[in-house]
Amino acid sequence: MKNKLIAFIVSMGIFGAKAQGSTTNDTMASLMRSNGKIYVVVAVVLTILLGLIAYLIRLDRKISKLEKES
Amino acid sequence: MRLTWWKITAIVLLVYAVIGGLLLPVPELSQLGETIRNLYYHVCMWFAMMILFTISIAQSIKYLRTGLIEHDIKASSYAGVGTYLGLLGYATGAIWASFTWADPNNPAFASFGSIMREPKLIGAAIALLIYGAYFILRSSITDMDQRARVSAVYNIFAYAMLFPSIWIIPRLLPSLHPGQEGNPALNFNDIDARMRMVFYPAVIGWAFLGIWIATLKIRHKILLEQKWFAHEK
Repeated sequence: MKNKLIAFIVSMGIFGAKAQGSTTNDTMASLMRSNGKIYVVVAVVLTILLGLIAYLIRLDRKISKLEKES
Repeated sequence: MRLTWWKITAIVLLVYAVIGGLLLPVPELSQLGETIRNLYYHVCMWFAMMILFTISIAQSIKYLRTGLIEHDIKASSYAGVGTYLGLLGYATGAIWASFTWADPNNPAFASFGSIMREPKLIGAAIALLIYGAYFILRSSITDMDQRARVSAVYNIFAYAMLFPSIWIIPRLLPSLHPGQEGNPALNFNDIDARMRMVFYPAVIGWAFLGIWIATLKIRHKILLEQKWFAHEK
């Protein structure tokens, strides 16, 4: 649990650093700004979807653990 | 953790449905515009609901044949997730309709009062309310075997009522909702080939996701039952 929390904080730091450094014209940033910025929507929806799937996988693991115990 | 092939299929197909659904080209229609992409999400909710209700009735019939409580747990879990997807389909349809049928900024569109009388909307509401009654019926009977038997029989009735309420009656009445002359999303001549490429995988992905959630519910309920029986002894 503690390790997961640390991993989460570190990854948030990386995301934050990326958000601040996005003024540079690398390919990722220019892709995200092209075509009416639809790719930003894709990224947001994908993040939510993958977050929900990660939650489901976690639940699945917990139930499997309980099944092994009983 | 049992990460079986169909769970991985669900993840892959849903990621594809989001990326492909938002980025791949779609036919340009005047009234719908980009909202035609809702086919991959709103319509899929109803398809997945129908698939889950079909699994649910199969489990109910299995319960009536065998009398094993396991099938009753499965039937109620699939019906629960199916109803939830139906509610999501209703909510997303309401959002979609308020910008393509009844936009108050466009005088050419229908009023909110007239779209409330849409036969397809009323039919879907009736179908969901019938399934709502299934859960009320279940929770009102305390005896386990009696609850399982009565709700299995009611589930067959609820499934049978889906056909007049969402498939037949809306087609007999005039409606703004597509699907008047057949199955527009299933008909190969009607749906655009580019949309078919995303729509069918999306249906499978959403259905598998619903089944995944239902299996988690089932396993949780079975664990609770085991705990309860262990406590009784």
